[in-house]
Amino acid sequence: MTTPPDVLVSPASSGDADSSESTSGESLWRGAFKRLRRSPMAIIGAAIMVVFVAVALLAPVLAPYEPASTQWTNLSTPVFVQGSNSEHLLGIDRWGSDMLTQLLFGARQSLIIGVVSTLIGLIAGAGLGTLAGGFGGWVDSLVMRFVDILLSIPSLLLAISIAAAMGKSSFALMVAIGAAQVPIFARLLRSSMLGQNRSDYVVAAESLGLRRRTIILGHVLPNSLGPTIVQATLNLATAIIEVAALSFLGLGNDDPAVAEWGRMIVSGQDRFLVAPWLAFYPGVCIAITALGFTLLGESMREALDPKQRR
Amino acid sequence: MDEPLLKVRGLEVHFPIKRGIVLERQIGAVKAVDGVDLDIYKGKTLGLVGESGCGKSTLGRAILRLTKPTAGQVIYNGTDLAQLQGEDLRRQRRHMQMVFQDPMSSLNPRQSVETLVTEPLRAHGISFERHARVKELLELVGLPSSAANRYPHEFSGGQRQRIGIARAIALEPDLVIADEPVSALDVSIQAQVLNLLEELQERLNLTYLVIAHDLAVVRHVSDDVAVMYLGGIVEQAPSDDLYEQPLHPYTISLLSAIPVPNPEVEDRRERILLSGDLPSPANPPSGCRFHTRCPFRQETRCDDELPPLRELSPGHTVACHYAEEILDGKITPRSAEEMLTAGAS
Repeated sequence: MTTPPDVLVSPASSGDADSSESTSGESLWRGAFKRLRRSPMAIIGAAIMVVFVAVALLAPVLAPYEPASTQWTNLSTPVFVQGSNSEHLLGIDRWGSDMLTQLLFGARQSLIIGVVSTLIGLIAGAGLGTLAGGFGGWVDSLVMRFVDILLSIPSLLLAISIAAAMGKSSFALMVAIGAAQVPIFARLLRSSMLGQNRSDYVVAAESLGLRRRTIILGHVLPNSLGPTIVQATLNLATAIIEVAALSFLGLGNDDPAVAEWGRMIVSGQDRFLVAPWLAFYPGVCIAITALGFTLLGESMREALDPKQRR
Repeated sequence: MDEPLLKVRGLEVHFPIKRGIVLERQIGAVKAVDGVDLDIYKGKTLGLVGESGCGKSTLGRAILRLTKPTAGQVIYNGTDLAQLQGEDLRRQRRHMQMVFQDPMSSLNPRQSVETLVTEPLRAHGISFERHARVKELLELVGLPSSAANRYPHEFSGGQRQRIGIARAIALEPDLVIADEPVSALDVSIQAQVLNLLEELQERLNLTYLVIAHDLAVVRHVSDDVAVMYLGGIVEQAPSDDLYEQPLHPYTISLLSAIPVPNPEVEDRRERILLSGDLPSPANPPSGCRFHTRCPFRQETRCDDELPPLRELSPGHTVACHYAEEILDGKITPRSAEEMLTAGAS
């Protein structure tokens, strides 16, 4: 029962040597990011997202005119709206504001409301999901029944009720859209955590004597977050569409000075026959933005999926 | 002999079988471990062998309280681990560690090696000099210190198992339970890992419980060997004793299945074949658990009466009513004629 000395001294020379010589390792997140950069879908999605965020942030610089001005009101009558020309690239809207300016400023609303509402949904949903998936037992039952109740109400109806109850404001819209997303995140995170709970490394962590809290937050949660992050990206697209939908229904901020794509479609629809572009441009903006987030989300799903790893 | 490090008394792990959706009721139990007594002595290695599904892994996990035993005691330093709860149990865990079968799945893929091996120290509030301790641990298990910043998926199977071992010894435990420590590894690497375990035992004065299904592996590392069948220990003896003179019919048939690397001996060798599968632990046979497959079974006593573990020679215990008769050749295996005719043709 003696040990060949070379085994302990230089394992690299023994049979189980690793080919790579680098000393700094590659974590799974970094590996996923690398794969993401190679995917054309991700690049297109990210490009759309970058343009969208840049436009939203730089709207005051990019816009050719002041937003929500009424200086060209006289150019627009019930039967005539000025279309595209050299002075106004996309024409003017029914209130007499420059259409391009309004669209650029509209991106701000979509971005803020979309991101904040998804964050509300993600934080609340992930919190509930972590409770349910991490502790199990009666906590799990209680949380999941609550989530089931939320889920039994159609999301648009839930959002409308919340927005109606809280009054017309952007914040009400964010809470409304966020609340409708809570069940999705909660269920998704819970199920992926339950899958990890019985895995060997969790048992190993337990046998090492780690605290339950450390195991859940430090081991189970990070390994379960992948699908939730993907879902959050995809939900951003849905949220932006829902912002537009709820504004279209008249539930958002009703201050006409604040440009919002959904409300721009509403105001454009009664002149659809004479000036279809009034509804068309904001519609295209919503579609492209949603597409960007969806593309990015889908390629993130592929990059994070362990089965796709090389 | 001195007082054992760990005493297991009458340990039972029964998993309930439930039926019904709203009103669950228990309709039976899988008796994975059914009344096991074990003594593990300081600085020694106890091997635990048995076929798949006999409950050997469950026994290991129940000792470490990763599975809650339904009955029995696990006594370490005068404390019954089976009764501990919450924080008391967590504090006791530093004295006992586990090495897992599959090193890939037992290491969190998102943690670097450095985090993996220092995590147990942080969990128990042990102060340490991070860099030096990591280097020391990696050196102990034969990994270069450059491994510290890398991640489990960048290593080979054998190296991963070394990381798993480094984690297990980080807390300087008394007892290490190795559950199939090498069965997921290539044969060429198995010996290295086993040698590493032995080297560490000498350096750190460790006590091992090595769970395996490979008889050769167990013989190589163990001082004592316990043979498990269907939730119970059927024979326990010093390693060489057991392999040279097995007493229980189950052990005899297991050992006779090992081929001898000599064609002439191999040709003449009498093999005892086991028929059938392991019975269901949800519905174990009456009497001796092994009687349904035993080639030496004697009418009615084996079917009715559960044989207790008896000490036949110093340190050699066996749970068989007819161990002496079998040893003296007074009882011959029933299917001997069939095997002779099969060998002649």
